[in-house]
Amino acid sequence: MSADLAHELQRGRAERALSVRARILLALGPVTALGGLVWAVVQPYRLTLLHPHGQGFWWLLAEPPLYVILVGVLFRFVLVPGIVADLLAAEEDEA
Amino acid sequence: MTLARIQPQAEFVHWWFATGFLSLGLLLLAEALVGEEVWGRRPWRRYLWPAFLFAMGLAMFPVMTFFTNSTIHMVAHGSWAQFMLLAGSAELGLARGKLRSPYWHLCAAVGLVVSGTAVLVHEQNDWLFSRAAFLHHTLGWTAVTCAVFPLAKAIRPRLPVAAYGLATTFVLIAVLLYCDRDTAAIFGHLSYYAGLPHR
Repeated sequence: MSADLAHELQRGRAERALSVRARILLALGPVTALGGLVWAVVQPYRLTLLHPHGQGFWWLLAEPPLYVILVGVLFRFVLVPGIVADLLAAEEDEA
Repeated sequence: MTLARIQPQAEFVHWWFATGFLSLGLLLLAEALVGEEVWGRRPWRRYLWPAFLFAMGLAMFPVMTFFTNSTIHMVAHGSWAQFMLLAGSAELGLARGKLRSPYWHLCAAVGLVVSGTAVLVHEQNDWLFSRAAFLHHTLGWTAVTCAVFPLAKAIRPRLPVAAYGLATTFVLIAVLLYCDRDTAAIFGHLSYYAGLPHR
């Protein structure tokens, strides 16, 4: 196998590996939010906001499935774009 | 008496800290995925999870102060607060470059061992007494066992399994904390002495 071809193959493999990492990174937030959503559907009584009458302050503040969704959404839209941009820049530098 | 009426239930605090641990887990998972070089391209990002851990340590002090249903609870909460501060500040020092030795990661390992031991010691009932008892035992042993990951990071800082392991540990701790209820059965078991199940 020629050296050029070997380099090309190696570069292709590295790009695929980085792309997989970027895709996993992009999926982390949505998967987390989906976990919270599934929890909210399975245990709707955990969301006291759906039936707020007679609930105290802390019960209305404590909405764990919403916390999980919020973490996933914030992670996806606040942090991940910058991380993926840096990952792509690093990919380009390597290429 | 008034304080007891206005302070949140214990499980609410557990859920808030679960949210903190979930955030920590995601941050560490992202760092493990992209590697330290890419993660550190924006300097503020290096401080993100150590500062978050440090802030969680600070937030644990009010929990120690107000949830004083027993001395051992207070001591346990105090030890978690102190070791989160220690691990967070050591990681902040490493991120800033003021600390250089990878052995500073041992602070996180020691923190997990001490915290896990404190969870185990302050739970005086057996595994299937109630859900809270089961979760305490599981959390304690998870923390003690998973201390191997920051230990590995101290010895081999670039070992991927150490980074992924620590991230997964925090996500697992979050899931366990989210499972907490005031009085609930575990796998169909609830001791007569635990009281009536509710919430």
